[in-house]
Amino acid sequence: MMDQRPDPDALLAAVTKLEHSATRGKLKIFFGMAAGVGKTFAMLQEAQARRAEGVDVVIGYVETHGRADTAALLSGLPIVPRRAYAYRDTVLEELDLEAVLARRPRLVLVDELAHTNAPGALHAKRFQDVLDLLEAGIDVYTTVNVQHVESRSDTVRQITGVTVHETVPDSVLDAADSIELIDLAPDELRKRLAEGKVYVLERAGVAAASFFRIGNLTALREMALRLTAERVDHQLRDYMELKRIAGPWKSGERLVVAISASPLSERLVRWTRRMAYNLEAPWLAVHVETTSTTSSAAQAQLTRNLELARSLGAEVLTVSGDDVVATLLHVGQQRNVTQIVVGKPERPAWREWLRGGSVVNRLIRTSGDIDVYVISGDPDSSSPRGQSWPTPQSSARQYLGAVAVVMAATLVNLALLPFISYEAVALLLLLVVLVLPLYFGRGPVVVAAALSAISWNFLFIPPRFTFLISRLEDLLLFILYFVVALVGGSLTTRLKAQQVLLQRREERTRALYALVREFAQLETIDAVVKAAVAHLGAAFDADVAIVLATGPDRLADRAHPASSFALDEKELGAAAWAFSRQRAAGRSTDTLPAAIGTYHPLRAPGALVGVAGIRPRNGRTLTSDQEPFLEALLAQVALAIEHERLGEAQERAVLLTESERLYKTLLNSVSHELRTPIAAITGAASTLRALPDDQADARLALAGEIQVAAERLNRLVENLLDMSRLESGMLRLRLEWCDVSDLVSVTVQRVRPLLERHDLVVDVAPSLPLVQMDFVLIEQVLVNLLHNAAVYTPPGTRVRLQAVQDGNRLNLIVADRGPGLSPESLDRIFDKFYRAPGAAAGGTGLGLSIARGIVEAHGGTLSAENRANGGARFLLQLPLTPPPPLPAEASLEIPDD
Amino acid sequence: MTDGPLVLVIDDEIQIRRLLRISLETNGYRVHETARGVDGLAEAARLRPDLVVLDLGLPDLDGLEVLRRLREWTQVPVLVLSVRASEEEKIALLDAGADDYLTKPFGVGELLARLRTAARHNQPAGESPVIEIGSLRVDLEKRRVWRDDVAVTLSNTEYSLLRLFVRHAGKVLTHSQILREVWGPGYAEEVHYLRVYVANLRKKIEQDPGNPTLLMTEPGVGYRLTTDPS
Repeated sequence: MMDQRPDPDALLAAVTKLEHSATRGKLKIFFGMAAGVGKTFAMLQEAQARRAEGVDVVIGYVETHGRADTAALLSGLPIVPRRAYAYRDTVLEELDLEAVLARRPRLVLVDELAHTNAPGALHAKRFQDVLDLLEAGIDVYTTVNVQHVESRSDTVRQITGVTVHETVPDSVLDAADSIELIDLAPDELRKRLAEGKVYVLERAGVAAASFFRIGNLTALREMALRLTAERVDHQLRDYMELKRIAGPWKSGERLVVAISASPLSERLVRWTRRMAYNLEAPWLAVHVETTSTTSSAAQAQLTRNLELARSLGAEVLTVSGDDVVATLLHVGQQRNVTQIVVGKPERPAWREWLRGGSVVNRLIRTSGDIDVYVISGDPDSSSPRGQSWPTPQSSARQYLGAVAVVMAATLVNLALLPFISYEAVALLLLLVVLVLPLYFGRGPVVVAAALSAISWNFLFIPPRFTFLISRLEDLLLFILYFVVALVGGSLTTRLKAQQVLLQRREERTRALYALVREFAQLETIDAVVKAAVAHLGAAFDADVAIVLATGPDRLADRAHPASSFALDEKELGAAAWAFSRQRAAGRSTDTLPAAIGTYHPLRAPGALVGVAGIRPRNGRTLTSDQEPFLEALLAQVALAIEHERLGEAQERAVLLTESERLYKTLLNSVSHELRTPIAAITGAASTLRALPDDQADARLALAGEIQVAAERLNRLVENLLDMSRLESGMLRLRLEWCDVSDLVSVTVQRVRPLLERHDLVVDVAPSLPLVQMDFVLIEQVLVNLLHNAAVYTPPGTRVRLQAVQDGNRLNLIVADRGPGLSPESLDRIFDKFYRAPGAAAGGTGLGLSIARGIVEAHGGTLSAENRANGGARFLLQLPLTPPPPLPAEASLEIPDD
Repeated sequence: MTDGPLVLVIDDEIQIRRLLRISLETNGYRVHETARGVDGLAEAARLRPDLVVLDLGLPDLDGLEVLRRLREWTQVPVLVLSVRASEEEKIALLDAGADDYLTKPFGVGELLARLRTAARHNQPAGESPVIEIGSLRVDLEKRRVWRDDVAVTLSNTEYSLLRLFVRHAGKVLTHSQILREVWGPGYAEEVHYLRVYVANLRKKIEQDPGNPTLLMTEPGVGYRLTTDPS
């Protein structure tokens, strides 16, 4: 407690702020109480002074509002042209952020920090543009009025009655390196207003006039002064921290504000932010999620509230619990909270009492050390249960249904009345009321409970057919009935709601589990992306696009093909922004909100692996309770993608080793295969020259040797060329409709010399359909297969070439009666450079590998097996597609005679 | 020797030129060589050869360009030599007016046969309306077809197809050339028409349609009606 050393964390914070500002541009804000105090004028004056010092100053966006003295100050300052955005019928001009970034001045002037950009601009708000400029190391001068400060906008509304829509988060003001207050006495300002020196929008003339009342101005002036004073105080403290000057150290305070789905929670948030700022305390915004169901409108309001808290610098927590008070206090104790802020309930006391006491009362009673602030104006400070009583979702049909059930039960009981007592009737009706909540909402149940009580009274309690109750016992029974029905019904309703919530959670857990399990089985990034798109799409009823990173800082320029919606340039821009800033962008965010999808960076432990775009199909935005789930799923997706990335990198390393091995085999094989025929040719040619004239037989034999060797060389070269075409991916299929019998006959003509000592049998099924293929390449495949048969089977054995249709495939079969394939060969026969053990000299081990490459390029398969009665069988399967129609043949025939 | 047909060889490879000179001169041709496309064009105009053997890979001009410039003024038969030309190249050459092509390496026997066929293209047709190739006889005037002296019935399209082949007997016709001639300019890509009609035609004119000896397939390029069936 008495430790006077600076808190290390605080010191670190101060140092980082300082370091940060070394690379960042400096932000100076010209701050005023209202329009017309001369902020722009002061800004321009200072800019001129800086220009005179030789600083590179440009104007990004300055509005002179036609004031001559202001306009005069523009002279000599270079202006970056504004960017025009077409919006409905008009053209809006905005700061051209990209142009300024490209121009890279030392200092840029950007007027009106709180301005909202035109739809279509990169950022929704101008202050975001300014943050980008600072990030890029460019100094910025800007102007703000106090009513545009987020945490003050409530107070401004209370004072002036004007709601301010354009606000700047306090964090931006905090980040400013200096704030210069442009002060003007209210009287002076009113005088300038009267002289027409203050720019006022025409349409807002009357409102503006009341805005500029002297009372308002005084209040605004005080606010502006106080804000500036608070800031000075902060700066002093920063300085003292840094210089280790002992002083009033951080208070150790920590605030919690309870947030509900009420619009008034916004007030609580702003109040807490001011309080936290003054105390220099961290603060949390907590929403307690109870079992009650809420409408989508309430859900959206809640999301807005939480978003506001986040933007004002709160740490936002959503916790589940049925008891708001207990949950809130639990969080408080866990996080060492010193103060809790809740709204003052405005519902009647009896309702509080009915529910076991007011939340506020219970909170105050049980809070122990924690101080509780109760702020007015929020009827549902922390108890969203109020919203579901009666359940807003229950439709008219539900009410009618509940009434019908009660009426039916009453009729049945009327029929039973002769046999049972009217007390038993009450029990039966009660049973119906208790079962109802399983199918109906709270409202209908209450109606049913009341209706059944009344009908019991009217139809069954003697004297019957009157509302009179004669016996005290009956009256007691009636009241008891009513209370039991109500309480029982509402208990069942709550049970049901709990069950629904549980179910929803279970569904999410299951979805997450399914995703993780599926990812574990996938082996490529493509498969992971495909699964991610499917799972995310199903979980959020949304279209999903995934853009993968292509490098540490680079994003692919298109969405992954498995994505379920396409990204145009604008969408890709949002995705790129989300990637480079590691923050969500696009729809329902501050950046590029005009985009149709919301883009979330995919963060894995090692790196940023890409961006996921979500576009809900029903056109809604995700609710706050869906967001943590989305984050969990995205984290898994990122993890899986990174995992596959690493796997692929490893595989590439393995492949590289493999290709080195292949390269060596190739060199060995090729050098041998090239040299043998060359040796034969040189030998034969030199012998030929030396041969005497009369040796005609020897001459012929030698010429024959030369020819055989040359043919062998030629085959080798063709194989190598084919292989390299296949490997390089340069192989382009020329698909044409081909006649299979034509293919077979051409092939047979080519291989006949090779197989002249074999018994070649050709068997082409009649009326085969036309097949789409590259005639020349498939011919090459068949030639390779037949050549293989010729080399590996003894002369005199049969080689069969067969073509048959097999459903929607064409089977081309080359079968022989040779020695067949060894088990090892069966596995490896299509590998490059693989040669069966004991193979005859003269092959490269490329023919079959080429054949398979060609067939697979056609979308077909090539396989090998041993035949039952000896020999090998190669099966080539090509897909068949129905050929296009033929023209109708003219019926004119050539006469016979 | 002095009155044999004159062959102009345009090839930059000295070895190929030497081989061609030896092979052709021993077979009764006169040979004139040139190594460059530009020279080849000039020599063709000066010497008026009976045949041109043109290599595709020339150092100065693309072989296809030489062929086009030749065709601007002469119908002299041109036999193109190439190293492993792709089918697209072959088709482009034939469409540009080459009479035939031969892929290196080639046998001299094959070369001589192609030269003989090409030379025949250029001779004025004997004006005889009846053409006989092996067992096939076609009377172009009477539009009649016989196989082994038995009359054959052809549909109109089949007959148009056969007539085209007969008129260009020995020459390779590309798919698109045939389709344009028989079906019309709009049908140049409809190769499947051709497959079906050629199969039908073979059934009627070939002894063994599964093993044709008259109407030969040039893989990936087109068809050729042979002039000397074996």
